[in-house]
Amino acid sequence: MAQALFNIFVFPGFLFVAVFGLTAEYIDRKLYALMQNRIGPPWFQPLADFIKLAAKEDVVPQHADRPVFKLMPIIAITSILTSFLYIPMWGSNALFAFKGDLVVVMYLLTVPTLTYFLGGWYSRSVYSMIGAARSLTQLFAYEIPLFLSILAPAMLADTWSLSGISEYFSAHPWAILFNLVGFVIAIIALLGKLEKVPFDIPEAETEIVAGAFTEYSGRLLAMFRMAIDMELVVGASLLAAVFLPFGLHYGPAAGFAIYLVKVLFVIGLISLARTIVARLRIDQMINFCWKVIAPLAFLQFLADLILKGVIK
Amino acid sequence: MPEREVKLTIGPQHPMLKEPESFLLTLRGEKITDMTVRLGYNHRGIEKACEQRTYIQDMYLVERVCGICSHSHSTCFIQTVEEIAGLAVPKRGLYIRTLIAELERIHSHLLWLGVAGHEIGFDTLLMYTWRDRELVMDILALISGNRVNYGMNTIGGVRRDITAEQVPQILSAIDTLEERTKYYIQVATQEITLRERLSGVGKLSKEDATHLGAVGPTARASGVDRDVRRDDPYGAYGELSFDVITDNHCDVYGRTLVRVGELMESYKLVRQILKQMPEGPIAVKAPRKIPAGQAISRYEAPRGEDVHYVRANGSDKPERVKVRAPTLANVQVVAHMLKDGYLADTPIVIAAIDPCFSCTDRAIATTNLDNGRKNRMDWPTLRTYSIEWYSKQGLDFAELNRKLRTMRESN
Repeated sequence: MAQALFNIFVFPGFLFVAVFGLTAEYIDRKLYALMQNRIGPPWFQPLADFIKLAAKEDVVPQHADRPVFKLMPIIAITSILTSFLYIPMWGSNALFAFKGDLVVVMYLLTVPTLTYFLGGWYSRSVYSMIGAARSLTQLFAYEIPLFLSILAPAMLADTWSLSGISEYFSAHPWAILFNLVGFVIAIIALLGKLEKVPFDIPEAETEIVAGAFTEYSGRLLAMFRMAIDMELVVGASLLAAVFLPFGLHYGPAAGFAIYLVKVLFVIGLISLARTIVARLRIDQMINFCWKVIAPLAFLQFLADLILKGVIK
Repeated sequence: MPEREVKLTIGPQHPMLKEPESFLLTLRGEKITDMTVRLGYNHRGIEKACEQRTYIQDMYLVERVCGICSHSHSTCFIQTVEEIAGLAVPKRGLYIRTLIAELERIHSHLLWLGVAGHEIGFDTLLMYTWRDRELVMDILALISGNRVNYGMNTIGGVRRDITAEQVPQILSAIDTLEERTKYYIQVATQEITLRERLSGVGKLSKEDATHLGAVGPTARASGVDRDVRRDDPYGAYGELSFDVITDNHCDVYGRTLVRVGELMESYKLVRQILKQMPEGPIAVKAPRKIPAGQAISRYEAPRGEDVHYVRANGSDKPERVKVRAPTLANVQVVAHMLKDGYLADTPIVIAAIDPCFSCTDRAIATTNLDNGRKNRMDWPTLRTYSIEWYSKQGLDFAELNRKLRTMRESN
């Protein structure tokens, strides 16, 4: 019981992911700033932002649906935390692992986007509703390529459990070279999931203020922002587990350090991507995802299928 | 979203806008079907204020019409006054004015490039261009002592001379800027997402640009070959050689190309000015009272043609000052450009005319020719109108008024 509570609230649960999430946000912002010739925020800035927001009053719009409006940030955080429990960090075993946990993780990572949609939609503000509609439209564009690109290594490893995938690839490290295209696709789709440039269309500041989050304030907004930070960490960890299965057998301490380096590498790629491009329009984004990314993900899938036949 | 029409108000307070202005968009999904602009949140009564101040005071006031093209407005105003007074400004004075004008164009266009990047979510471009803009701001501060409102002009010339030590500093800054601008041209023409977001957006054909009276880079990007600096030279432009940059893309991409092209021309002009600048006095003494008369002056501000009109009555104060800022000429084309566009393109299309709304806002008095009715109201009419308006909203203050009156009388 105490063990379970520790796992849920401290490690690798809420506290760890929260601290790691804030650190990741700091690193992302710092890198973004450095690449833009700026100094960037001090290390405690994300925490300071969080405390400031948490100390403010929650304002719920008069016409908003109160229960939904208040519940959505909590659901977002919960689903992200839950999914993190199934992702292996050091070694090839996650804390909880079972056959098919890959599907559960992917499902749980879809939930936050739905909470953004519902929270925005039930704010009953025009900006929020447009932002919410855009989140959902975008979800349909990036979700398929993301699934396909992650299923391809799963195919090759012949298992639908993340721990199993890690196990297989640490045994056959060369096989990951065949999934490089999948890795790039997954990074691009992750940008869409995290709503970062060039896919920050649902919260495009200059068009629709803050999109689905326009009406959120105080603790609720703090929670949503925390959820996004956590999503960054969890998404990066997922990619690290599936596509970068190196150094899994050096024991917990070294393994944990290697895990951190891998996650920071993925975060660095995300910062780089959002530095060098402009925001796309929603129609361009959907065209790009369906006409370029999805077919490539399909080819990756096919390639893995053929490779599997060759190996056997 | 279903095919339902949504009305979306952008402004007067919105992260897209740097100044208060209101745009009412009618949306069908992500497409804009209709749009109306509402000006007038920034009316400051500058023209009226000018009538109560002396010409020298007016010059400083007019300089504050715009926070970016301040030199444009003060030069344009001064040119009318000098024309009425019949003053011949010394050559060196004209050259210095022109130098400041070109430096101002450089900082304004660099600013625009950054804003354009920000509007399409490309903040890196904003950070880079604004960093480089500091170079030209430093040069302006070096010459005039100020970064924005330079206070360089005076009736009959300029107030500060360019010293020999300043010249190499200006030239080295210009060299750096030229290098950087070449890089931005590369970015604008080769970065895929940037091109995707700018091409084909905010279309304005040559006919429409002429018909709706677009000015400046907005018009030149639609192939309208018009530039006051060449067509009606003022300052030292008659003695300088430069190209008028035009483009036939007719969209935001074209406007970007025109602006970066103009940056390159401005660097050329600054070098020419410093090379050709004659020796001599920088100003002539101007009378305090300006003889009766009127004049109109045109000036190619970074945003387009700026027009000032001044009528003098022989005293030390003007009788009438009229300012037509370039944005007023361009704001009409925005509604046209946005039609059938996407909501996502609204910020960049509005930003592409390089709007300066506070410069634009003027009170306009009109008279209906059919019935002779004026849109100006005197106090009693305004009062009756307000009572009617409130009673239409279901608010009747007649009872309250009566109570108030009885209370007053009983006291």
